Amino acid sequence: MLKNRIIPCLDVKNGRVVKGINFVDLQDAGDPVEQAKIYSDGGADEICFLDITASNENRDTIYNVVEKTSKKCFVPLTVGGGVRSVEDINKLLNCGADKVSINTAAVQNPEVVVESSKKFGSQCIVVAIDAKKNGDKWEIFTHGGRNNTGTDAIEFAKKMENSGAGELLVTSMDRDGTQVGYDIDLMSKISSIVNIPVIASGGVGNLDHLVDGIKLGNASAVLAASIFHYGKHSVKEAKEYLDSKGIPVRI
Amino acid sequence: MNVTIVDYNSGNISSVINSFKEVAKDKVNIEVTSDLSKIKSSDKVVLPGQGSFKSCVDALNKINGLVDTLSEFAINNKKPLLGICVGLQMFADVGFEEIETKGLGWISGKVSKIDNQNGKYKLPHIGWNEINITKDSKIFKDIENKSHMYFVHSYEFIPEDKNVVSATTDYSSNIVCSVEKENIFGTQFHPEKSDKIGLKIIDNFINL
Repeated sequence: MLKNRIIPCLDVKNGRVVKGINFVDLQDAGDPVEQAKIYSDGGADEICFLDITASNENRDTIYNVVEKTSKKCFVPLTVGGGVRSVEDINKLLNCGADKVSINTAAVQNPEVVVESSKKFGSQCIVVAIDAKKNGDKWEIFTHGGRNNTGTDAIEFAKKMENSGAGELLVTSMDRDGTQVGYDIDLMSKISSIVNIPVIASGGVGNLDHLVDGIKLGNASAVLAASIFHYGKHSVKEAKEYLDSKGIPVRI
Repeated sequence: MNVTIVDYNSGNISSVINSFKEVAKDKVNIEVTSDLSKIKSSDKVVLPGQGSFKSCVDALNKINGLVDTLSEFAINNKKPLLGICVGLQMFADVGFEEIETKGLGWISGKVSKIDNQNGKYKLPHIGWNEINITKDSKIFKDIENKSHMYFVHSYEFIPEDKNVVSATTDYSSNIVCSVEKENIFGTQFHPEKSDKIGLKIIDNFINL
């Protein structure tokens, strides 16, 4: 039976982890490579890096991080943030990323998704959808949630599936950072309309939220950042909890 | 000992390279090449594959003499070869991804899309699934039955002779996820991304 995945996400800025795990035995708490290794040793099903480097001069730092991590972690590695072109995707894959997540570029120029999935295969193309509720629908935001495009998130999800995306990483901008749980309506609507796996993101504050994302939101995988970072929960604890709730996980 | 990972522009093979180098340490030399003479002289060959069946077959055929060299290595000289993901699928006679495409024909059978039972099963089949070991395979030495491996694919290999099947996984039906035919090995899952247990499979192959 296919297991639901737990994916810890690390925000990386200028090659350093911004919000990190508070582990005393860490030699360098800001080192993304070390943190990714802790997660993979702890049973993470995948690792996700979100590059939030603002300036273009420091963009190359992420390549270095990916290259080093891929030599130490032997679980899938997804990298997103600032991915603009087929060439960016190529570079990340060559550095050892297994999947690349595309956000703003997928909205501005869906051809990037079409082209890259043809070139590298759908299996490595994740489209990240940042959506915010507006009335009775959800709209797509880009540029790290700063720009409202007015595009309907549900329609966009279907379009991305047809364009060749292998997975959708769906983040609720309303919930992100709030720790009140995923936007279950959004997750289940998108999950029911597409036939590709959906990764739920944004809003996890406790382990029950992970359960809800899978049971109610029908997500194939759950992504979380802060609950893992400050040692609140380990990946192992999260998996044992999901298991106790009858959710199939890899233990 | 030399193990060659065939680099034929089949997409992203960094993870395969990293994992083999991790396992090999300094004991075994890992070459990454499409150089025919190097392939011929190596002890073992790894055939990775990402993207579609057609794009991988096309990429193999694009390198003059590569298919013949691989056939000579695996079929005539019976030296160990491991196909991973589409690398395994290409052992088949024919694949149906994009358009009907001829495979290597090393293990009779076809590659078809996984039946998603009208949307009940999402495709690609992405994530960790248990393998049911159906026969003793040399690459499964010290691997427990029901171990988890990482999968990402939408097509499955259906061999004619079920005796070649060494493991299956349950997704919509019992999908063939590992084969062994004499010196030819293949995994549908990605040992290079399957954590320590996956590295053990790579270790088993290297130490055949």
